[in-house]
Amino acid sequence: MTTAVALPGTLSLGLARGAIELREFFRQKENLIFTVSLPAILMLLLGTVYVTEPAHGQMFAASMIGAGIISTSFVGLGMSVVADREDGTLKRLRGTPMPFTSYFLGKIILVFVSSLFEAVLLLVVAMLRFDVQLPSTAEKWFTFGWVFVLGVISCSLLGVALSSIAKSTRNAAGVLNLPYIVLQFLSGVFLMQSALPESLRVTGSIFPLKWVCQGFRSVFALNDGYAVMEAAGSWELGRIALVLGAWTIAGLVLVNRTFKWSNTAS
Amino acid sequence: MNAIRVRGLTKAYKGHQAVAGVDLDVARGEVFAVLGPNGAGKTTSVEILEGHRDRDGGEVSVLGVDPAEAGREWRSRLGIVLQSATDAATLTVREAVQHYARYYADPRDPEEIIDLVGLTEKAKARAGTLSGGQRRRLDVALGIIGRPELVFLDEPTTGFDPEARRQFWGLIKLLAAEGTTILLTTHYLDEAEALADRVAVLAGGRIVAEGTPRTLGGRAHADATVRWLSDRGYTEIRTSEPTKAIAELSRNGELAELTVTRPSLEDVYLELIK
Repeated sequence: MTTAVALPGTLSLGLARGAIELREFFRQKENLIFTVSLPAILMLLLGTVYVTEPAHGQMFAASMIGAGIISTSFVGLGMSVVADREDGTLKRLRGTPMPFTSYFLGKIILVFVSSLFEAVLLLVVAMLRFDVQLPSTAEKWFTFGWVFVLGVISCSLLGVALSSIAKSTRNAAGVLNLPYIVLQFLSGVFLMQSALPESLRVTGSIFPLKWVCQGFRSVFALNDGYAVMEAAGSWELGRIALVLGAWTIAGLVLVNRTFKWSNTAS
Repeated sequence: MNAIRVRGLTKAYKGHQAVAGVDLDVARGEVFAVLGPNGAGKTTSVEILEGHRDRDGGEVSVLGVDPAEAGREWRSRLGIVLQSATDAATLTVREAVQHYARYYADPRDPEEIIDLVGLTEKAKARAGTLSGGQRRRLDVALGIIGRPELVFLDEPTTGFDPEARRQFWGLIKLLAAEGTTILLTTHYLDEAEALADRVAVLAGGRIVAEGTPRTLGGRAHADATVRWLSDRGYTEIRTSEPTKAIAELSRNGELAELTVTRPSLEDVYLELIK
């Protein structure tokens, strides 16, 4: 038996999901405060201590943008999938003809838009308070673009994969925040990676956060001479693409294997 | 062809046999109620039929398709009404219904559905602000927006006040009158009696009785109890011919506080699940 009219396409349903996700996201005030504004607030507070000359402001703002988008994608998205499992959203969706890919597209749209909001807010704060300058060449903006996209997609997939471990939003906060906070220290957000012992540096370099931040530092550095401050002494753009690409593939495989529609079904 | 056909369905969790060989036939257009105590296997069975859960054994056909292998097209012909969802809390009733309508090839008009479930006045209210009964009516709206041929209702009125339950029943009767097949699980016997064409009682993972609400468990043929107040206090006799008994008894005059009762659905049910 077939229906007379074809079911709506996966892409158009993904866009519809994205629109409804965004509407729900921006109606929850705690999202606006914690997810969207927190990196800007941290920039303001920590920047007061860290930023003693303009070059520091550039580097710190770049790292904070990196940390911010990982926060919205990895932590924020992971939490929202756990909440969808808890409040019945996923169970309801599974009973409809909406494909899983559309659900995930909607989540990615949510993360892109909220990350963008958050990055813009942070940059505005950094520009007004610490005189941070925006990159001036198309090449730098191009790098910004692909690092942003790959960072968001790889970390979104990892967030969704880890969300299957957490049974409730309460323990999800721990499952997702712990690796995120530890990685911020190991990935050159708060301290330069070159200041860390080798074992910690290597550990940090396995995960996406370091590479996203390094990519953004290459974009915001006043000149390429600052690359010597990186652990490898260069921006390693090729390697950034490679590592983030690998995590994207690993994330896809993990989501495919571990995704659960509900906490009970087996 | 039946809407639902189940033969020898089994499902175990960690050594516990939740469903132990269930056979079930639900005809198209029928309202079928599954009764049973907590832990009887109702939700597990229904979730297998909905395609939300794997089964261990048995044959299952829902709208002619095995749920374990079904795809989008099959899901678009089902309506599943959730039991305790709190999702979409920040969306308004209208936004939620309009959004879910987009998933289907030929959905009903969202405004018509909102009206049908009696939420017109709440169309602009956020789902998180609705009362329990209103929230469940929104769940029904989302469940039937795609013109389903078969609707699953899992304990839909648990926690309702009596008025909300009556309103909800009216809604289900409306759906049934349109020819929708409905599979309902419930704890409430009056609910099954009010809504269902046929009922099955599930206990310990097995169906222990099946029939119309009037005949379940031999209820229609059971002895009647005739009770009245005599000089010696309340007196009862059990008889298969109450009319004849009363005619004989009343020869000597009026019988005070006379009642004739047959086992209620509840009596039969409690006997069955022992």
